[in-house]
Amino acid sequence: MAEPLLRVEHVRKRFGGVLAVSDASLTAEAGRITALIGPNGAGKTTLFSIISGFLSPDAGSVFHGVTDITGMPPHVLARRGIARTFQIAQPFAGLTVHENIAVGAHLSRRSRAAALAAAADVAGLVGLGGLLDRPASSLTTAGAKRLEVARALATGPDLLLLDEVLAGLNPAEVAAMVPMIRGIAGRGITILMIEHVMQAVMSLAEHVFVLVEGRIVAAGGPQDVAGNARVIEAYLGHGAAARLVPPI
Amino acid sequence: MKGWSIAHILIVIALLAIVPLLTASNVVLNFLTVALLIALVGQGWNVLGGYGGQYSFGHAAFFGTGAYVTAILQTRYGINAWLGFALGIAGGAMVGAVIGALTFRSGLKGSYFALVTLAFAEVLRIAASVAPVTGAGVGLLLALDLRPQAFQFQSRAPFYWIALALVAVSLIVVRLIEHSRFGAWLVAVRENEEAAKALGVDAVRVKLAAITVSAAMTAAGGAFYAQYFLFIDSGIAYGPWISIEALLAPIIGGVGTVFGPLLGALVVKTLGELAKLVTGDAPGLDLVIYGSVLILVVAFAPRGIIGVLSDLRMRWTRLRASVAGRAHG
Repeated sequence: MAEPLLRVEHVRKRFGGVLAVSDASLTAEAGRITALIGPNGAGKTTLFSIISGFLSPDAGSVFHGVTDITGMPPHVLARRGIARTFQIAQPFAGLTVHENIAVGAHLSRRSRAAALAAAADVAGLVGLGGLLDRPASSLTTAGAKRLEVARALATGPDLLLLDEVLAGLNPAEVAAMVPMIRGIAGRGITILMIEHVMQAVMSLAEHVFVLVEGRIVAAGGPQDVAGNARVIEAYLGHGAAARLVPPI
Repeated sequence: MKGWSIAHILIVIALLAIVPLLTASNVVLNFLTVALLIALVGQGWNVLGGYGGQYSFGHAAFFGTGAYVTAILQTRYGINAWLGFALGIAGGAMVGAVIGALTFRSGLKGSYFALVTLAFAEVLRIAASVAPVTGAGVGLLLALDLRPQAFQFQSRAPFYWIALALVAVSLIVVRLIEHSRFGAWLVAVRENEEAAKALGVDAVRVKLAAITVSAAMTAAGGAFYAQYFLFIDSGIAYGPWISIEALLAPIIGGVGTVFGPLLGALVVKTLGELAKLVTGDAPGLDLVIYGSVLILVVAFAPRGIIGVLSDLRMRWTRLRASVAGRAHG
């Protein structure tokens, strides 16, 4: 089997008295969509922040290909090809949509004109082509989520970390975003996504990791994971699996 | 406001360059030279504060270093004034880089950054008021030598043109930054540092570059001041007055815009002069006026005069469009 593009090994992170991530290991295979799911407070975003360099783990390692990237700062990781979005959209509010995306495009392009041209292309890919000159602060939630993806995409990543890009969207907006994410994967970009919208996870992800209380409790194809007793209990409470899943 | 080109800058500079040909009045030229000096110092602040979002309260540290370096080199070592001027700028830039390294590497932001820059300027002021090399409490007097090669002139006009040339350079530099990758990264750091980092921006390095350029411009103002007035002491060079002027001009004119500091400096200085005409020379009155203007601008026009003008222009365009629409309909 080929080396996975991302490998997280036994990562642990404590905030004071809270053990946010106790022992998490996962991999993302190149060219695939991998999902990380789990109940609120499971430590998903903390794990994302560790992978993207915003936090350092107390123990464990993160590998990008064969390189140990544990503890590298975010801008270095972005240059290596790891881009992330934020769960709560973080637009450059005073800038236009075009200028926002151009910041990402500048990573590999010095010239302003080249960055703006690349930004316009990326905006087209995510469906923001008609809103280039709008101030980023005027976007709807769905627009702001698309902008998050566009900026990250403009850096030219090989690994894209999507932190709940579908959260807060209505069903029609989710339905519109799903093909966009699939399209990004179709361009050969590896995606690791945190997602709560299960219908989207089921249709997009090829591999799912379930994080519960800082620990990966299940992994596998979306269907396997959805039927897993530990996963059902994590979401619905102790004993729920016995009531829901009839004994065979 | 967007869309200012180098051509616009050159037109404004050319218009201002005509002034000494129209009037030989020392009062007018002195007033405009000081306004241009404040515009230059304010443009320095604007690079870091306006574009980078790092509000410094201590730009006196750079102004004073520019002034002292050239004054000390001339009075103690007999170095040529023009060379001293260049070294003054370099010295100011170095102080900027050092203060930037100490503050940005330790992650100081917002009001903490503002307070620490103020503290640096005050420490330098107190040091300059006791150290023998800076003339301690007496200050430094530059010897009168009215020759162009000594950076001194018989009339005010050459000083005015030099100040104008420095302002022109600062305007062009800022305009080039605005349309560069460095500028895009700097503004990204101002708008959202975390998001900028995620997009590959080395925020500390970008801020360090910004404070160095910012300090160099402001130091140029300080070195020019020493040459123009031929006297500095610790209160002039490192005093809080220049830190206030440096941030007031861009805030009133329009932070993060090319022409904001120049416009703000002209408006603030004009208001100061008008107030003096009305009230005589009541001490401290100009500060009262500065304070009042600052409160009004922050309350009602947070984007400064340039912001108000661009809003008015947008409204005017819309009004014309709707009137035209009605006439046709």
